[in-house]
Formats: sequence, C-alpha cells, structure tokens
Amino acid sequence: MKIWSPGSGRRIAAFTGWSMGETDQLISQICGEHRHREGALLPVLHGIQDALGFLPPETAGRVAEELNLSRAEVHGVISFYHLFRQHPPGQRTLYICRSEACQAMGNGPLIDHVREKLGIDFHQTTGDRRFSLEPIYCLGNCACAPAVMLDDELHGRVTSDRLDELLD
Amino acid sequence: MSLLTVWMSSLTDQSRVYVPADSAARSVGADGVARSVEELGLPLKRPGSRGLYWLEPLLEVDSEQGRIGFGPLRPEEVHGVVDETGRPNLEHPRCLGPIERFEPLSCQQRLTFARTGIIEPTCIDQYLATAGFTGLRRALELGPQDIVDEIKLSGLRGRGGAAFPTGIKWQTVLDAPGDRKFVVCNADEGDSGTFADRMLMEGDPYCLIEGMIIAGLATCAEQGYIYLRAEYPQAYRTMQAAVSTARAHGFLGGDICGSGRRFDLELRKAAGAYICGEETAMLESLEGKRGVVRFRPPLPALKGLFGEPTVVNNVISLATVPVIMERGGEFYREFGSGDSRGTLTLQLAGNVQRGGLFEVPFGLTLREAIEGLGGGTASSRPLRAVQAGGPLGAFIPESGLDTPLDYESLKSIGAMLGHGGLVVFDDTADMGALARFAMEFCAIESCGKCTPCRIGAVRGTEVIDRIRAGEDPDANRQLLRDLCDTMVEGSLCALGGMAPYPVLSVLDHFPEDL
Ligand SMILES: Cc1cc2nc3c(=O)[nH]c(=O)nc-3n(C[C@H](O)[C@H](O)[C@H](O)COP(=O)(O)O)c2cc1C
Ligand code: SF4
Repeated sequence: MKIWSPGSGRRIAAFTGWSMGETDQLISQICGEHRHREGALLPVLHGIQDALGFLPPETAGRVAEELNLSRAEVHGVISFYHLFRQHPPGQRTLYICRSEACQAMGNGPLIDHVREKLGIDFHQTTGDRRFSLEPIYCLGNCACAPAVMLDDELHGRVTSDRLDELLD
Repeated sequence: MSLLTVWMSSLTDQSRVYVPADSAARSVGADGVARSVEELGLPLKRPGSRGLYWLEPLLEVDSEQGRIGFGPLRPEEVHGVVDETGRPNLEHPRCLGPIERFEPLSCQQRLTFARTGIIEPTCIDQYLATAGFTGLRRALELGPQDIVDEIKLSGLRGRGGAAFPTGIKWQTVLDAPGDRKFVVCNADEGDSGTFADRMLMEGDPYCLIEGMIIAGLATCAEQGYIYLRAEYPQAYRTMQAAVSTARAHGFLGGDICGSGRRFDLELRKAAGAYICGEETAMLESLEGKRGVVRFRPPLPALKGLFGEPTVVNNVISLATVPVIMERGGEFYREFGSGDSRGTLTLQLAGNVQRGGLFEVPFGLTLREAIEGLGGGTASSRPLRAVQAGGPLGAFIPESGLDTPLDYESLKSIGAMLGHGGLVVFDDTADMGALARFAMEFCAIESCGKCTPCRIGAVRGTEVIDRIRAGEDPDANRQLLRDLCDTMVEGSLCALGGMAPYPVLSVLDHFPEDL
C-alpha cells in the first residue's frame, strides 16, 4: 500500500473496478491509521491518494465523517493543494518542471515537444490512459536543469531525445 | 585535523568505490555507474552528493592520497577508471585527482555540509564516527539558556529567506509561557534554484535531526515536525529511515541518550503549494487546513502550531546548529562578513557551467560566484541576468554583479539573498516572458487571502500580455507599475508583496524586453 504521490500512477490499474463500498472501507481504514495524529487531514488524504492514485468523489464526505470535520473543510483542503488530484491519472505521470532554472536551460522546447508527442496539454491524460502530464514548480534539480519526474523518478539534463526514451 | 579526516584515513584497509545516491546524481545516471562498479566486483558505497553537480555522476575511489574523483562518468567508462583490484587510473582524462584537494571543493568552507557526500546518509555509525551527536551531547550538559546564548553568539540567521536571528527566535520561544511547545522544520524548499535542503536531507539526515533535538532542548519543546515538500520523494524516504534509526538508538524519544530529556519527531508530507513555505501557512497546513497565511501578531514563536509557542526554522538553519554546539558560537562567527555571519550555502543553477552547491563564507561577490565558482554560463554566451532568492527575487543585470553576497548588500540593490540560490540566464533569455512568469506564478500560488495578490497577479499577467502584444504599451507599462505598487503595499505576505520585484526589475533593467 505504500507508494508515493506524486507518482502513484502505476498502481491505478489494480484499483479500477473497486466498488463504492470497498473504497469507503479503505478510506475508513486509512482514517483509522492516522486518527491519533494531531492535524491528521493531510496524512489521511495522502494515504488515500497513495492507495487509489487520486481522491475519488466520496473522499470529502467519508473523511469528514471519520475525522469529525465538515465536508466543506475537507473539500477546501483537497482543492487547495496542487498535488491532490480529483480525477484518476494515467498509468504514469510525467511532471515537468516549469521553474526559472529550467527555463534558463530551455525547458520551453522540451514542453512543446512533450505536448506534441503525447498530444495533450498540462493537467490532461492521454486517450490510452498511459500518461498524464503535470507542471511542477521545482524538483530541486536546478543544477541539472531541465528536470522532469516520471512518477517518482527524477531525471536531469533532459533533452527531447532522452524524454522520448523515457516515454517509449 | 578534523575528525572527518581521521575517520576517512582509517578506511584504507580495503579500497572502496563511492557513487552518490543523491537524487540529482541519480537523475543523471549515478545508478548506472554504480551497477558498473558492482559488475567489477568492487565494494560500493552510496553517500550523498558533494554538490559538484556538473561532475555528476561522480565516482570516487579510495587511495593512499585519499579519495580520487572521476566525473562526469558514463557506466561504460567505469572499467577504465578503476581496475578489478580497486586501483584508480590516475591517467584517465576524467580523473580529478584527490577530491578533497580539487579546487572547487577545497576552496569551500564546509561546516553545515561537512559530511554530505562523504558518509552514507542513513548509517548512524558513520555519523557517530564523524563527530555526529557531539553537539547534542554538549547541549545535554547545558541548560536551555546556555544553548540559546551559544546560538546567539554564533550570529546565525535563518537560512530560509527572512534571515531573522535564530538565537533571538529561540529566546522568544524559551521565554514564552506554555507546557507544550514545538519545533517545526521548514523543508518546503520551494524556490527555484535551491536544492540545499534536499541535498542535506538526502546526504546527512542525522545532522538535521540533531539540530532539531538541540532546538527542542533549548526551548523546552518536546515534539518536532518536519514539513517536507512532496516533490522530494527520496529526501522523504531518507529522513524517514533516519528518524526511525535515531529513535531506535535512543537519540529520539522519551529519554534522549539516557538524559531523561524527551524529544520526538514526525515527518509530514506537503502537497505542492508554494505558499506553504511561508511559516504561518505551513503551520495551518500541519494543522490539516488550507495553507492560508495568518495575520501577525501573534508571532508563531508565541502562538504557533496548535496555538502553542513554536520554533520554525529552515533545514539549513537547523542543520548548522550541531556544528555551532560542537565547535562553539565564537568559532562559527569568525566566518562571514558584516552582519552575515558564518557560511552561505550558495547554490548555482540554471545556465551556469558549474552548477552545484558551494558552502562559502558570506561576502564574495555575485561575479566571483558566477564567473569564479560557476565558470560563467553553460552556453558560453554572455550573461544577461541573475535571479537571486527564488521566484520573488529581482533580476539582477550584469552591472549589478559586483555586489557582495550578503543579506544587506543584496537588499541595497533591491534584490535578496533568500535561501541562497542563484539562477543564471544567458542573452537568449526573454525577460518579458520571465516577468510574465513571475506574475503567473503568483496568481497560481496565491493563498487567496488578500485581493491585491489574488486578483492583482491575474491582472498583472494580462497587462504583461497586452504590453507584449504591443497594445498601448506606454499606458499599460504605467498600469503595470501601479499594479505592482498596490501589490507591494497591500499584500499580507511576501508572495504578493514581493512577486512584483522581478517584474519591476525587468521594467527597470531590461526595458527593451517589456
Ligand atoms: C512565500 C514564502 C515562501 C517561503 N518559502 C520558504 C521555504 O520554502 N523554506 C523556508 O525555509 N522558508 C520559506 N519562507 C520563509 C519562512 O516564512 C520562514 O521565514 C522560515 O521558514 C523561518 O526559518 P529560518 O529563520 O530558519 O529561515 C517563505 C516565506 C514566504 C513569504
Ligand atoms: S499576499 Fe498572497 S499569498 Fe500572501 S497572504 Fe496575501 S493572498 Fe495569501
């Protein structure tokens, strides 16, 4: 159950087909694991996203009930943070750093290349559901720019050719 | 001779090969190089990175002269640099010689980063063998006030951006009434061009843990949190392993080193909001809420996490505490210039030949940093601008390069040192696009609490688009300046309050682009 988000994509396939009841049960279980922690909401949401790859629509209601919060509070938190996703991602997620250090090393052409190759824009998933594309603001690899992260694998000094290898 | 050197020289019995496991080194192929070493049947160690990122993947081999460095290497080159008996090939074109004497490293003053790149990060024995937890043992013999005094004496100022004196912050927390106090480590490192926090957490996690325990002892706090950015999965895993090992060895928990004192730590993963690097937004986030900035007063030092007195410090501030406690505040303050004492963890990034981390005393100039340490632009084209201090920092033109790198000097030219990152741009940079990016970034990352930031940044992006499209440029430039003024004056925190600086710096220094 321990996987990382960003980068939970690979596990999604295993979970499609979960029934509502099963998801509810999983959410309750994760809430139970973290309930003793003060300010448990972020760890809980991460736990759910790590398990399912995203936060399904029933998350807000279910978590609110379990943690004794209002549904609006939980929804407010989910929508505030860029890395909580409310839709299932593709099998793998490519995060491209858009920050200044990567811009200084020409990430623009790289971004254009990926958009064209995958035929999607940021925040979208390919038709075959293999890839989602997300912008990210700094991977901390600024001395080896431009940088991308494929699921939780960091890559530096990325060229269009290198990116093709990664995606093929 | 430092303990580090003693320890390293005790390792000559069998020649070992070192290939960093730092995520940036791995991002450019260190794992492949490590596999080649294993194929040769040589004993392999995976420390953090030295921070000489332009040489990654960097391989080091033990020899009578200390470790010999080679880099950057491809996996297929490994058999050419070291033979099956582990002897380094000093004639190889990628040979850098004894790495400790290699100038980009030997010219540094490694205090906070003394062990990073040398020891294996989660091996607590190696940490202990290199003076690890010595500062803590000393702190355990002192009372809280004595620890605070030592930190005050060192002149340490926060490395997260605001440069507030750490000792004074700790004093406030120590003096604050309350049975429950917290130490929170800000490991949200959101600024582009910075990676020192990541490098330290991946390379020397116990050093941060030790700093946090000392902060706890100094302020009578018994619980710490590390708020770690989600974009750093490997740093998270390394810290997690180190926290549980430290606990198993009695450095964390109910009875630190048998002293009867208590301190424990919990790691919390952030979720990709830049504003959560701002300390009060971070506290909200730790409490399980939206990362919305709080009004002050009250100061977090008085009413911080869960309403209790809280120390909030950056990773590098906290990781510098052990060496101060070990060697004394007097020793630490010897380095530096003016009111910027100690060492600066300078990070060179973007279009620069030798990108990486350089720990140097404060006071060298931007030019010395970029041209001297950094070797100029990576593209070998003329430099156009440098952005210091992350996305809210001004773009400094070539004419500003003789400014010394310390907090006050950079401030005097309208720039800031921030977390110590410099992003270099060559003459192909489109400064208008960068100004637009600054506004767009602010719009995306605004916490939404104040209108000038939330709405102003969106309008600012639109106005820049109009200028760039040639629509009534003079009037729109004036409008943009007015908007920037409103944001600077009317924003609660530095996101809305400083995002205009890069924009204004483009208007002032690069008018041909905007
Ligand atoms: C928008 C914004 C973002 C910030 N991001 C960070 C950050 O990523 N890391 C950090 O240590 N401090 C950051 N800070 C500064 C913190 O608010 C705070 O000053 C710092 O964590 C205090 O620790 P220090 O005194 O050790 O520097 C940020 C401030 C602002 C206004
Ligand atoms: S300036 Fe922006 S980020 Fe800061 S408190 Fe106001 S709205 Fe939030």
